[in-house]
Amino acid sequence: MFANFMINAWEAATIVAIVAGVVGFFTVLRGAAFAAHSLPNGAFAGAAGAYLIGASTIVGLGLFALAGAGMIAGLGRRARSDVATALTIVLMLALGDLFLSRTTEYASEIFALLFGEVLGVSTSKLGPTVVIAGVCIAAIIALYRPLMLSSVAPDVAEARGVNPRVMDLAFLVVLALVTTMAVPVVGSLLIFSLLIGPAAAARSFTNRPPVAMGLSVLFALVTVWVAIAVSYETNLPIGFFVGAISAFAYTVGRVWAAWRQGRGRRQQGARDRAIPADQHTAHATAS
Amino acid sequence: MLVATFWSPLVEPGFFSSEPVQVALVVGAIAAIVSGIVGVFTVIRGQSFAGHALSDIGTAGGSAAFLVGASTLYGFVAFNVVAAGVMELISIRKPRGRDLATGIVLGASLGLAALFLYEGTISSSTTGATVNVLFGSIFTLPPGITVVMAALGVASVVLVAVLYRPLLLSSVSYELAAARGVPVRLVGSGYLLALALAVSMSAVTIGAILSTALLIGPAAIALRVATRTGVAMAVAAFVGVFACWAGTLIAYDSTVWAGGNGWPVSFCIVAVIFVLYFASGIFSRLRGDRRRAPSNDQATAVRPVEVG
Repeated sequence: MFANFMINAWEAATIVAIVAGVVGFFTVLRGAAFAAHSLPNGAFAGAAGAYLIGASTIVGLGLFALAGAGMIAGLGRRARSDVATALTIVLMLALGDLFLSRTTEYASEIFALLFGEVLGVSTSKLGPTVVIAGVCIAAIIALYRPLMLSSVAPDVAEARGVNPRVMDLAFLVVLALVTTMAVPVVGSLLIFSLLIGPAAAARSFTNRPPVAMGLSVLFALVTVWVAIAVSYETNLPIGFFVGAISAFAYTVGRVWAAWRQGRGRRQQGARDRAIPADQHTAHATAS
Repeated sequence: MLVATFWSPLVEPGFFSSEPVQVALVVGAIAAIVSGIVGVFTVIRGQSFAGHALSDIGTAGGSAAFLVGASTLYGFVAFNVVAAGVMELISIRKPRGRDLATGIVLGASLGLAALFLYEGTISSSTTGATVNVLFGSIFTLPPGITVVMAALGVASVVLVAVLYRPLLLSSVSYELAAARGVPVRLVGSGYLLALALAVSMSAVTIGAILSTALLIGPAAIALRVATRTGVAMAVAAFVGVFACWAGTLIAYDSTVWAGGNGWPVSFCIVAVIFVLYFASGIFSRLRGDRRRAPSNDQATAVRPVEVG
């Protein structure tokens, strides 16, 4: 499992998981699940286009991911964001279909982008992954406060001079960078699960942002590590395990949150009963 | 004769007599009409992600059906109905959370699809099957499929028609609908079921790209030019059929200028939808200026409705 050819896989997956955990936290907070699905899925059109003209696929991937981010933000000015995102992914996939139809040979390299090839990561791919991962983390650190404010309380953020449109675009650009970094390594389907599942589970356990972000990274790391190990042992596709573990973590998180809420309510009930009758009515009218 | 002189420069010979083209035109029209009608509510309710996700989620059902030797279509429909149920079960109050629930279901389903495809076939045809579902091919449909898909489409439209008034009320104002005694949860679930049926039907026949394009595109265009929901549905269905037929025609004609290797239908239809979308934006802006009432502009910018 830790043979030489597996070392790159472990390293690449670890880097991707850390970035996915951090960026995923904001993805969940902003409810940007659709964009997180659309950018990785649609950006493969850029890789197909680059393949067609003989350019580097990662450049094509990056350009299309950034163009997609710009288009979602641009169309989002005059339509609702989910409509803008749907139109963007449809256009990107259709362009990908067009590019693929221009080549007669079967572009297995392109289809690998949909499903990823984490077990076949070459050392030359590791370089760009590390660099872009560093840029993503740096961008999140730089944007942390305004991004957090505009995600949690858009009105307050606007009153303090944070332009929500700029924040939206900035976040989408970060998402585009994550796409460029992760898609050649783990594929577009897998990066989506990693962005959503661990972060969503983490939010069920705590309300404090730094703790939630840390938990999100931890869950993402455990998810990919377990997925690679089990996939290696059972010879089944890694995407299945990542999807399954993510959904499982989210379910556990939801059950935990519901149980805690129920307990809180029961304790509240017990406190209410402990209050003498006249005070109780006053308490009830006050609340 | 007049029609022929009008058509001849536009239509390459054999377009109307070719059987794959005939099937494509009929199937495309059915998918466009159903998607247009169902899609108007998808846009009003802000459920585009669910609409798109269901076209991918069904892949897992389709591949599972393939594994046990059943028809792909039934696997697709069954899985989508279950997925819609799970999405509704998770249901979180805010639209943001709803997209999250959709994402979790989508992620898990794609994982399952990867597993089933892996189990069912050897690696080379694995991607082939998925790519087929992703892009679909309107030109290579078996003729018998039209009856089944028409039945699914009718079921979906009837469901929307039955739910029309409570659905509209709960889409515009959740609280008002709840206060009036509308069973909002039940109505929401019913709509999600209609969406699952419509998307299964279109994704299996014309592929995931066109399924989403015809669900969201025409409806977004219609809501820019029409203010009443019923009118918007009619406009969306009309725009969808037009885009579908015009795109099919362009794809057919493109074999001439593209040297035998024609452009994909999906790209041509999406291109037509985009041209119409930007045209509708200009139209609504001009009309808004004339009436000095920008509210028409906001048709697609309705505030997200709290559902759940």
